[in-house]
Amino acid sequence: MSDNALPPSSAPTRPEIKRRRIRLSLVWLVPIVAALVGLSMVVHDWMSVGPKITVSFLTAEGLEANKTQVKYKNVVIGTVTAITLSEDRTHIQATIELNNSAGPFTRADSQYWVVRPRIGAHGISGVDTLLSGAFIGADAGSSNDTAKDFVGLETPPPVTFGEKGKRFVLHTDDLGSLDIGSPVYYRRIQVGQVVSYDLSKDGKGVDIQIFINAPNDQYITTDTRFWNASGIDVTVGAAGLKVDTQSLTSIISGGIAFREPNYSPDAKAADENAEFTIFGDQQTALAPPDGEPRYIRMRFNQSLRGLVVNAPVDFLGVNIGRVVSVDLDYDPKTNTFPGVVGAVIYPKRLGAANDKLQQIAGGGTDDEKSARILGGFIASGLRAQVRNGNLLTGQLYIAMDFEPTAPKVAYNPKARPLEIPTVAGSFDKLQEQLQAFVDKLSKLPIDELVGNLNGSLSELQKTIKQVNGDVLPQMRGTLKQVQTTLTTANESLSEDSPARQQLGQAMDEVQRTARSVRVLTDFLSRHPEALIRGRTGDAAPGSYKAPSSSRAIDLEPQQ
Amino acid sequence: MNGIPFAHEKGVVLCHTCGYVCQEDAHECPRCESPVHKRKPNSITRTWAFLIAGLIFYIPANLMPVMYTSLLSNNSQNTIMSGVLEFLESGSWDIALLIFIASVVVPCIKFLVLGTLLITCQRRSRWAMRERSRLYRFIELIGYWSMLDVLVVALVAALVQFRGLSTIEPRIGILFFGLVVVMTMFAAMSFDPRLIWDAEVEDV
Repeated sequence: MSDNALPPSSAPTRPEIKRRRIRLSLVWLVPIVAALVGLSMVVHDWMSVGPKITVSFLTAEGLEANKTQVKYKNVVIGTVTAITLSEDRTHIQATIELNNSAGPFTRADSQYWVVRPRIGAHGISGVDTLLSGAFIGADAGSSNDTAKDFVGLETPPPVTFGEKGKRFVLHTDDLGSLDIGSPVYYRRIQVGQVVSYDLSKDGKGVDIQIFINAPNDQYITTDTRFWNASGIDVTVGAAGLKVDTQSLTSIISGGIAFREPNYSPDAKAADENAEFTIFGDQQTALAPPDGEPRYIRMRFNQSLRGLVVNAPVDFLGVNIGRVVSVDLDYDPKTNTFPGVVGAVIYPKRLGAANDKLQQIAGGGTDDEKSARILGGFIASGLRAQVRNGNLLTGQLYIAMDFEPTAPKVAYNPKARPLEIPTVAGSFDKLQEQLQAFVDKLSKLPIDELVGNLNGSLSELQKTIKQVNGDVLPQMRGTLKQVQTTLTTANESLSEDSPARQQLGQAMDEVQRTARSVRVLTDFLSRHPEALIRGRTGDAAPGSYKAPSSSRAIDLEPQQ
Repeated sequence: MNGIPFAHEKGVVLCHTCGYVCQEDAHECPRCESPVHKRKPNSITRTWAFLIAGLIFYIPANLMPVMYTSLLSNNSQNTIMSGVLEFLESGSWDIALLIFIASVVVPCIKFLVLGTLLITCQRRSRWAMRERSRLYRFIELIGYWSMLDVLVVALVAALVQFRGLSTIEPRIGILFFGLVVVMTMFAAMSFDPRLIWDAEVEDV
């Protein structure tokens, strides 16, 4: 039927119209469905809208409102919706709308940083962002508090939340060349890195937080020693020149190394956040623990040039401490400037000897015990002495030795720091010995010796005169005689002397005789019958014409 | 007015399908058997319903992103207005204007015009009746062109698919926009322009 808006003119239709007006037309379902769809989307949106946070960065480089995404493990967890400058214009504020599921990322210790391409000492990262543009990396914290404003990190955090491993705190005097991300080495293998650092609360040192990755964190024990492996360690000491380094990376970016001492019987795995001290180098790190230091003082009446702070203090050749101060004092009585040397000694470095001494020393505090022990030693001649450690560099060290001949000195066990009597140094001692030698020399009876020597010398003079007067003229006559004899001999042996000529002739004769004899024997050996029958005509020896060679004999039958 | 009697005076109705004049109380045309009614049934209610549905859909159509572009892993999602602004900022104001007219101005004009027509008809206003019927014809005319946006998005999303290099995908906003167009077209269809002139009859 009709439902037009015209007022019905006929009475019977009027009630029908009223009924129709009450009944809802089905067409209204369309806007209702539309509204429901819209409403459901609004509700869905409202449900999926997560918390809104602001993160401040130093620069908005690479960030873009409504475009830059916030990612955790490369999953999008939010979007940057606005970027504004802070009021003081020192940094920017990025407003981030997180997803509904990103609730943990509002924890107060969550971290945000911008992932950009980076090239550093530790490598290259974020290359994929060259094409896709920067994004904000996020890491949820573990705190129970939530926050709305965060301070973004300028560099990505080296350790992501939930990574397996342990954190430890290291104390050191200064940071050196360490930085966040500096490697931590164990036997020269990188097992962790520096996570953060800050000044200790009293400002007298630096607390470094390191993170050791999972399987290797078990090697950190309660007895582990850490040392600074930064850069190249060049030391010139009493022991000479020493160069040490860990790896090329650690030269550039610094590093920490750790190791447990070879003998650590009751070491247990260290707890999370255990605290350690960083030593300067491996040697001191691995040395047995020094224990409590004891301060001592020494006065030297000599120049202390070459004695520096940190010079070693030896006890019978064992390094038991180091010099901490070198000062001058003034003594008005003698008007001299004695040098006052302060040093620390570590009784534990004596090892077994220390344990025994502690037992013997009896009761009282450690200080009193040390004083008593030292008193006993001084009574039996313990003296400190400045010695030359290195002739090249002229460095000095303090040596403590027992010197039984040393004069007795008064010892005050109540004085703090304990004062140890001294004896002169090695060079001074050399002087003393020289002095003693010279003294001995001066005691010799030199005058007497010289008198005796004079007498002996005049005797010698007399003897020489006698020799000159008597012996020499006789010698000259003899020599002349010898000369004439030799001249005669020369003359008789000269080339043209008659004796020589006669001798030559005699020799010729002998030669001829010998030849005749040879000819005869030859002849006889060929003609033995000649001895009986005499010489036959054909067997006549041609001795006279033949040359003096025996071969000529063969020619004789042809003649 | 000009002496030609009104149909209701004679107690007849016109069959819209074949133009046959039927009795006023006939339910279907005796000639072609199509339903016969004096005015479009429930016209104002239906128009209101579709108009309101269209208005409701118009909100998410503008707030939700209509297109997702990824060019060399540089991703962005655009709503209609952000697309317009992007074109305007990049200097192509003509394209921006085109999109703006097609997707913002036209739907808004439809809502306004249909709303005005409905209210004036309900109040039986005799104000500017000829202009109002002209407006109605205009609405029917531009109705076809409102689907331009949807077509563009569908076409571009189908064409630009180069995996790693660049991808364009439609987003939920364009669905709502399409629904807005459909709803406004339904609303325009279910409105009977003869209602404009019914106000005249009563007073005559």
